[in-house]
Amino acid sequence: MAEPRLAAASGAMGGRVDLTRTPSARSRFEGAIRAGLIGAACISVLTTLAIVGSLIVETVQFFGEVPIADFLFGTRWAPTFAESQQSFGVLPLVWGTVFVSLIALAVAVPLGLLSAIYLAEYAPQRVRKVVKPVLEVLAGVPTIVFGYFALTYFTPEVLRGVLGIEVGIFNALSAGLIMGLLVLPTIASVAEDAMSAVPASLREGAFGLGASKLQVSLRIVFPAALSGIVAALILGASRAVGETVLVLVAGGQIPSLSIDPTESHQTMAAFVAAISRGDISTGSIEYLTIFAVGFTLLVITLVLNIASIRLVRKYRQVYE
Amino acid sequence: MSINRLLLVIATVASLAFAVTACGDDEEGGGATASGSTSEELSGSIRIDGSSTVFPFAQAAAELFNEEQPNVQIAVGQSGTGGGFEKFCAGETDISDASRPIEDDEVGVCEENSVDYEEIAVANDGISVVTSKELAVDCLTVDQLKQLWEPDSKIKNLSEIDPSLPDAELTLFGPGTDSGTFDFFTEAINGEEGATREDYEASEDDNQLVTGVSGSPGGLGYFGFSYYEQNADKLNLVGVGEDAASCQKPSSENIQDGSYVPLGRQIFMYPSAEALARPEVKAFMDFVIQNEPAIAEAAQIVPLTDEQISEAQQKVDSLGGGA
Amino acid sequence: MTGAQIAASVIPKRSGRDAAAEAGFRGTMYGAVGIAFLGLAVLIWDFTSDGASVVSWDFLTSFPSRIIPESSGVQSALVGTVYLMAICAVLVVPLGVATAVYLEEYADEGRWYNRLIEVNIQNLASVPSVVYGILGLAFIVRGPLGMGPVLLAGGITLALLVLPVVIIVAREAIRAVPPSIREGSLALGATQWQTIWKQVLPGSIAGISTGVILALSRAIGETAPLLVIGAAVSPRFNPEGLDSAFTALPIQIFAWTQDPNQEFVARAAGAICVLMVILLAMNSVAIWLRNRYEQKW
Repeated sequence: MAEPRLAAASGAMGGRVDLTRTPSARSRFEGAIRAGLIGAACISVLTTLAIVGSLIVETVQFFGEVPIADFLFGTRWAPTFAESQQSFGVLPLVWGTVFVSLIALAVAVPLGLLSAIYLAEYAPQRVRKVVKPVLEVLAGVPTIVFGYFALTYFTPEVLRGVLGIEVGIFNALSAGLIMGLLVLPTIASVAEDAMSAVPASLREGAFGLGASKLQVSLRIVFPAALSGIVAALILGASRAVGETVLVLVAGGQIPSLSIDPTESHQTMAAFVAAISRGDISTGSIEYLTIFAVGFTLLVITLVLNIASIRLVRKYRQVYE
Repeated sequence: MSINRLLLVIATVASLAFAVTACGDDEEGGGATASGSTSEELSGSIRIDGSSTVFPFAQAAAELFNEEQPNVQIAVGQSGTGGGFEKFCAGETDISDASRPIEDDEVGVCEENSVDYEEIAVANDGISVVTSKELAVDCLTVDQLKQLWEPDSKIKNLSEIDPSLPDAELTLFGPGTDSGTFDFFTEAINGEEGATREDYEASEDDNQLVTGVSGSPGGLGYFGFSYYEQNADKLNLVGVGEDAASCQKPSSENIQDGSYVPLGRQIFMYPSAEALARPEVKAFMDFVIQNEPAIAEAAQIVPLTDEQISEAQQKVDSLGGGA
Repeated sequence: MTGAQIAASVIPKRSGRDAAAEAGFRGTMYGAVGIAFLGLAVLIWDFTSDGASVVSWDFLTSFPSRIIPESSGVQSALVGTVYLMAICAVLVVPLGVATAVYLEEYADEGRWYNRLIEVNIQNLASVPSVVYGILGLAFIVRGPLGMGPVLLAGGITLALLVLPVVIIVAREAIRAVPPSIREGSLALGATQWQTIWKQVLPGSIAGISTGVILALSRAIGETAPLLVIGAAVSPRFNPEGLDSAFTALPIQIFAWTQDPNQEFVARAAGAICVLMVILLAMNSVAIWLRNRYEQKW
């Protein structure tokens, strides 16, 4: 049995050090630990496999009964009605998702980026110290709170009251705008991190050459942090696309292809949650729609995620 | 700066959290006891699921029953009449709530799985057609309703059906396809169960429908009478009849005596024989029938007549008595 | 002031056009920040004003009631949330930290399977939470595990949801421990595991704890996955065991928000206040941990 400690100690005192490793109870223990850790890591892989697997298997079963072309290009989504009226065209749900997310990003991107520029470039240090943690906490507010706000306050008091817009009680405008509010702290926080990471030397070089603060912010810092900013935007978009409860509460349950934001629209995620509430038997076509729609949603978010990684790599500036 | 102190802090916080919940556990909802208290302390759990129309009744019954028997856990779901029967015939629930009688294919599934049951009428109900307060409609005939709700109907405005009706753009609300109310309404009005136009806000949650109708200027929807009763201040009740002359608005009286047609009906609880063999379930069903008027009032649902009550008691006894 | 700032202050002011552009931009920027914070402030004011008056000891210890809305409380939801958090923590901490340790200390970055694991974790962290609900429904509630919509199923689903986040956070915390610590330990003859257990983990525990608490606070705010797997609505009992029906604060809020009865809507606001207090407490603990125990190497 090699006693590594004794060997090292004797080495320190001038004795011979045996550096070869011989099998021992300790190294068997180490091997077991390593195996255990690999096992833990494998569980994370298993989760992905399980997600994709569960979605794929049932989705395939779904397409056994509904032709893919009908699903991808059909314009009527009515899976729960009587057989004669059933229709499985997913476009209304996809459109609902895109529509509400676009409204959300239209709010969150300008407000978020401008807020990020303010925090990174203009705000005094004490303001930053207060505002940044507040942003982090706000990014963690549960989405049901936003749903509550949209349904019970924003639609009746702001949209109908202050702005006087005639909206249905469930409408895409309310859901979209409040989702913008939800996504805003995420975009602002991540973009601000990216901009703060730009080294001071770049800014100071520009100042030294006579640039104004505006020019430094927009022409130097912004492009330098572009990869992080793009990542922030895509993160925000991904969050918007996947958001469920806000739309479920405030956006309504009618899938629709209309571009009228005052009407009810249903998104893919909201559909999945809504249909799970009314119980459906395992294996029925209604049950399978959960997976087909869920799979479509997963594909969209994965594409966004991969695009974000690629773009980040492409635009990343490497500092010394 | 020691790690041990850190771990101690975490452990303290965690145990405080558990302490709060553990202390909270001792409190049960106390209150006045209902009549007919049983002497023994029962325990166990009862699983009820099904119609959202029956849900308020079942919930009220559970609450009042728990005042007498606090150790019986009663879980009430509202997956819809159809969803409820699926679980019931698979043996997953003890009692199925239904706003329509069980159908032949559901009977078949129950038989296959040897689930024996009895149909107990627990209250009277009428499907109420309602509009928002801003849309003042007094009467819609069955024919007009059919024009509005039938499949492929494109009617967006009541004045399209009849110029004398208010001119307002409609937003339609109604139960989802798992609902017994949906089955009943489509059969009674459109002539075929499940046949309906699709562009309405469908929800299994009747509360969401009430919120929707009352919050939309052109809101129009249908659901059980008790949901109207609970929200009468927010909604406008529409009379229904075969023709304008026989139009009547639903009320406790005409629902109870059966003259509110075609949308009057009974709502049911279906206990399984297997469940009734357990004392807590039998006690619960007995309690429900004996205290039906009080429960109906608490849930703001139309109660049974005395005759209907004794009939129900007989059914429970016959099912529970058998081995 | 740095040399560059002095130089910048000495250079003559920009022309009027540039000054106008600067002023215009500042105005837009302040406006944007103002709108953003105004929106968030109104949000917080809304549920606080609606709900603060509702919260009381009775509110925390009563069950939801159908017949007397004023007496409805969040006991079952609160207990459910605490239990879910506990189950989630028990599952996610060992698994997440172990995976992070493996990836940081043992894994050879060049191997394909290790890179696969890394990419997987990044993807998993961006999957919408409703998809985790579908996973829970298909595998845990029905399907192979088939345990029904019970407490354990909810806990496992939430654990899977936040596992990627915990792994990422734990990795960063472990990475922050300088290599010199490890090398010194190994030079003294410790084995790899001894080094990890006695040096690396204790050095990163503050970062790991912070990350775990933040991940848990995210888990208990989730509604969608619990909806999909079938959490109970307004149950009048606390979960008795791992195989009991359950609910959670977000689900209770969801149910009450949609109720046309204003009493229930007010109770939704009250439940939101309770949930927010819990989240604030957790976040504060996390931030305090980070500030107090942050290792300055």
